[in-house]
Amino acid sequence: MKTKRLLLGDEALALGAIEAGLSGAYAYPGTPSTEILEYVQSHPLTSQRNIHSHWSSNEKTAMEEALGMSFCGKRAIVSMKHVGLNVAADPFVNSGMTGANGGLIVISADDPSMHSSQNEQDSRFYADFAMLPTLEPSNQQEAYDMAGYAFSLSERHAIPVLLRMVTRLSHSRANVETAGEAQPQNEFHYPANPRQWVLMPAVSRERNRRLVEDFKLFEKESEKSPFNFYKEGSDKSLGIVVSGIAYNYLNEIYPDGCPYPVVKISQYPLPVDMINRLFDECEAVMVIEEGQPFIEKKLRGDLNRTGRIFGKLTGEIVRTGELTPDEVKKGILNAMAERSGLVATEPKGESKVVMPRPPALCQGCGHRDVYHALNDVLKEFESPRVFGDIGCYTLGFLSPFNAIDSCVDMGASITMAKGAADAGQHPSVAIIGDSTFTHSGMTGLLDAVNEDSDMMVIISDNLTTGMTGGQDSQGTGKLEEICLGLGVKPEHLRTIDSLPKNHDEMMRVFREEIEHKGLSVVISRRECIQTARRHAAAKAKKA
Amino acid sequence: MKTDIVLAGVGGQGILSIATILGAAALKEGLYLKQAEVHGMSQRGGDVQSNLRLSSSPIASDLIPFGGADLIVSLEPMEALRYRPYLKPEGWIVTNTAPFVNIDNYPAMEDVESELEDSGNVVAFDMDELAKKEASPRASNMVLLGAAAPFIDMETEVIEEGIRSVFGKKGEAIVESNLKAFRAGLEYTRQLIKK
Repeated sequence: MKTKRLLLGDEALALGAIEAGLSGAYAYPGTPSTEILEYVQSHPLTSQRNIHSHWSSNEKTAMEEALGMSFCGKRAIVSMKHVGLNVAADPFVNSGMTGANGGLIVISADDPSMHSSQNEQDSRFYADFAMLPTLEPSNQQEAYDMAGYAFSLSERHAIPVLLRMVTRLSHSRANVETAGEAQPQNEFHYPANPRQWVLMPAVSRERNRRLVEDFKLFEKESEKSPFNFYKEGSDKSLGIVVSGIAYNYLNEIYPDGCPYPVVKISQYPLPVDMINRLFDECEAVMVIEEGQPFIEKKLRGDLNRTGRIFGKLTGEIVRTGELTPDEVKKGILNAMAERSGLVATEPKGESKVVMPRPPALCQGCGHRDVYHALNDVLKEFESPRVFGDIGCYTLGFLSPFNAIDSCVDMGASITMAKGAADAGQHPSVAIIGDSTFTHSGMTGLLDAVNEDSDMMVIISDNLTTGMTGGQDSQGTGKLEEICLGLGVKPEHLRTIDSLPKNHDEMMRVFREEIEHKGLSVVISRRECIQTARRHAAAKAKKA
Repeated sequence: MKTDIVLAGVGGQGILSIATILGAAALKEGLYLKQAEVHGMSQRGGDVQSNLRLSSSPIASDLIPFGGADLIVSLEPMEALRYRPYLKPEGWIVTNTAPFVNIDNYPAMEDVESELEDSGNVVAFDMDELAKKEASPRASNMVLLGAAAPFIDMETEVIEEGIRSVFGKKGEAIVESNLKAFRAGLEYTRQLIKK
């Protein structure tokens, strides 16, 4: 029975996948994608149908696990944030070569404006060079509807599909009409083309030719996609190509309908015929897209369109940061001035007293004690450098700690500290969280073990993946064994509790291990204050 | 019917439960809703806001444009001022006046108060105090929801039902305490508008 519910974009997508016969969901937490797997975990059908929903160690392992499920004929999703797709890039790009058997959706959630990320990379570029179809929902309903559609598309062409989300859709709630019932799951079955899954050069060359041919079929799919359409307009002085969530902003600023013809795009490769028609009928074309100027570059390049094209490359639309209704309005005004029928809205009444309020580590957080002790010890040395990593403890960059000198990508603390030690840096300190360590720190630590690099690694273990809201961390209870297994010397593997009362003890351990000439690992441990509170509340409820 | 609200506060203060309650009420009333939230890094003691849009007809954008909000509803006075450019000239600010000071350069309270006074239609009072007196120190957000309710185009009974449905799992005592806080806030604004 059809039901109406309020769902985040992430939740709508997850529910759509479940109701379309999902068998496995794979992910590593990352804002704004985390809620996709969390929703799958919380849904009653997940246990009833034995849908896989355990967190993976990183995005690469998640992607490969999902590919394995697809190999066996089952429908799978794998979800990550945009920079997670960098980690999964190897299996992702090669999955275009193997193709899919059971429907496979790769969900990458971009974060324009960098609400919680290092960069604004646009996942559509990845799908372009992997030659995969891409879907880009413009609202929560489309996110729901597209899950089942994407599985069918994937199975029809035996190809994985990229589904691109953005922060404002992932984390915005709206009414969604859902089927309220789930289709059956796929039967276990092997690929019809088993040879194609062994990417040896001879196979790959053959497959590559086929993929190039198939890409033309993907274009045909885009032309007839229910999510792409041409909308007539009375004023042909401009035509607008608008994709994904930007379509909503266009509708917001023209509540009575846009006067210009519009091509709305939510499925790629680009529907070339539709776009060519717009160019033929209109004097100029404007491209409005969330993220980097992907479509705009395609128009100027692959489609070889000349003439007046307005967008991010030409400066009418703001180049960085996420779009808003105001920015879209400004963009059209820049191109068409008062002919657009729009009136500029400038922000009025800006406060003169408001100060920025940056995020901070929680009171009672163990990372605080680590930084206090580390800062106090490092005062004893002439030129210490601390290489940071991705997680709550990145906030150690801010006042009052000002404790880290770098933050690049998952795991880079250990490897950068090693490279710096190679160059002669001392003390060279890496600080990394437990979940980030098992995500991408372990392999780098092996490099440091093999050369007994003169550096200290602090694993600030809070027994969870904290920044994204407390998901299970894959190394919990195993960190000492992992380090010893990698070859860290037992006498230089130290464990302490990150507590204010242990301040002097922490200082002593840090000092000894910095002074040790060679590799040391210090695991400083204390449960995340947020998850500890939740665990205490759950325990009290039980009792 | 159409009400566009900017909900504001500091990460962890509980603005999202206000959004959840209004969401439950909207769903029951058959209204359209869009509500953009903030997750991730900013939740850790930073400024947080949520754009909440309610309407009897479909809503296009998840974000409210400049000068488009009917209401700024804030659990913290400086945070209310942060979003002033989004308020319609005839819109209302409903805010707690108890400051949440977790930064060194928090402005002088008299400056915050005087800007609030110059902000047109304002309902501002110490909601922490009223919550403590009438219900529980943790119910400031329900006092705020009550104080904002007269400006939301929805029957108060429907919002009260939303409170029941959201807190129902936590037991009758919690529901009653939150309802009491809600009604105290509602009464404060009703008295104020009467004058």
